[in-house]
Amino acid sequence: MDLQHLSILEVRKLIESGDSSATEICQAYLEGIQRRDPAIRAYLHTCPDRALQQASRIDQLKRTGGPLPPLAGVPMAIKDNILIRGLRCTCGSKILENFTAMYDATVIERLEAAGVVVLGKANQDEFAMGSSTENSAFFPTHNPHALDRVPGGSSGGSAAAVASQMALAALGSDTGGSIRQPAGLCGVVGLKPTYSRVSRYGLVAYGSSLDQIGPLAQTVGDVAAILKVIAGRDPRDSTCSSVEVPDYQETINASVKGFRIGLPKQYFGGGIDQVVREKIQKGLQVLAGLGCEFEEVDLPSTEYAIACYYILATAEASSNLARYDGVRYGLRAEGAKTLSAMYRQTRDAGFGAEVKRRIILGTFVLSSGYYDAYYLKGQKVRTRIKQDFEKAFERVDIILSPTSPSPAFRLGEKSNDPLAMYLSDIFTITANLVGIPGISLPCGKTSQGLPVGLQFLGKHFDEKRMLNLSHAFEQAGGFAV
Amino acid sequence: MKIGPAEVDYVAKLANLAITEEEKQIFVGQLSQILEYVEQLDALDTSTVEPTTQIVTSAGSGTPMRTDEPRTTFSQEDSLSNGPETGAGHFKVPQVIAER
Repeated sequence: MDLQHLSILEVRKLIESGDSSATEICQAYLEGIQRRDPAIRAYLHTCPDRALQQASRIDQLKRTGGPLPPLAGVPMAIKDNILIRGLRCTCGSKILENFTAMYDATVIERLEAAGVVVLGKANQDEFAMGSSTENSAFFPTHNPHALDRVPGGSSGGSAAAVASQMALAALGSDTGGSIRQPAGLCGVVGLKPTYSRVSRYGLVAYGSSLDQIGPLAQTVGDVAAILKVIAGRDPRDSTCSSVEVPDYQETINASVKGFRIGLPKQYFGGGIDQVVREKIQKGLQVLAGLGCEFEEVDLPSTEYAIACYYILATAEASSNLARYDGVRYGLRAEGAKTLSAMYRQTRDAGFGAEVKRRIILGTFVLSSGYYDAYYLKGQKVRTRIKQDFEKAFERVDIILSPTSPSPAFRLGEKSNDPLAMYLSDIFTITANLVGIPGISLPCGKTSQGLPVGLQFLGKHFDEKRMLNLSHAFEQAGGFAV
Repeated sequence: MKIGPAEVDYVAKLANLAITEEEKQIFVGQLSQILEYVEQLDALDTSTVEPTTQIVTSAGSGTPMRTDEPRTTFSQEDSLSNGPETGAGHFKVPQVIAER
């Protein structure tokens, strides 16, 4: 079976025509995982029996002539910070190594009701803190395009699984670029929807004013089809928006002639690798050929985005991660004589270095005497960044940038320098601070075969237009410039 | 600002984290470097803006509300199923108040 060119639509055709079955398709992916994952290590754990059961239910439905749900038989990888009842959910952390989810996340309920077959849980940086998946407490994931390089992160397992046909699509989560950056470095499509577009019930919280779940896949059409299923109001998540979910496919083939694309002058200054710059230029030519118009936009406050993000995200993380104390679930350190000693020893044994660093930084910026200078200042800078984007979006429909300033770096290259790692998130972080949707698309490869990612940022709830433009870019050959 | 071992100790205590001497030494350097980087925010004038605490994106509808009705929730068995130490329908913990 040619998994490389399998799309959601193809899966449907294969099952409907009887040329194949959900079970055969599922088996093909499970075999792929057995062959390729020992070198790539995209999965923390797989659930083959459960997957085959789900697939056989789809085949049963087909035999009895029932209508097939929209994502029937689509094999997916799920980032390991999203709960699936009865499966372990580790968040890439020792502290949750033996934690079994007792309920399904809303996105899982919706995907499985739509016929998705879950293959397993994808590796990630511990609690989604990182840009390389090297912070997984279990093992790092390797980039399928070059095994000595990182897949990006924190949804590195999700991106690597899709890039190596070990899943047709995946779910990730994006707090500061954690879907888009690995999608870019692995050469797949990754979408962070508008903040509040997708329910977070059952997503393990990191930075609650920033976190968002989104899909990764090989094509824009597949990402749109998955978004349609997972988006929309959820009574169990009061931060989830009730704005109506449009049919993203409806206008996906529409002309993009006259689209106004903003090029932030701050994003095309220094600090971008020459090869990334060249590929993005070629991407711009593709868009120009489609009749898009370009305009320089000014985002003067964006140079402060990383600093702002690392104050707000760590503050929120220090609060969210206070729940891991060895009482109700997860690891408990043995031998502590008192409750407070048990808390401290459990958290020392269970958390890795990056998580501790962020908890300490977050606790510091919230602590008495420093709150105004750091946390409150960060929140005000966030307002300024938001205003920059509001102003830019008065003039343009979409903002374009590289996804990352450079292609995938080598394993170990930045792991001892947290600040250098943070700086690689420069182009992705603003979308989370502003709450707007962003998508990373493949935009050619370097001479060494490393993928380059191109990013579109859209207005709040304007995924439809962003997907229309992304699809046009894909159809015009933009993925292979 | 530069932070020293004493600040790291103090904040680790606030965060209920026991960290080793070795970790402390590494964190002192790394956190000072990160805080110095973060201080570039001082260059941006924010005297005229309000802080953003949450990106409200419900397009004017505000925070969704629901009626306050009892719903089925997790069973006691499910709730205790991940507990490191449980007994008699409770989570068990070590001694809370230290002996004199």
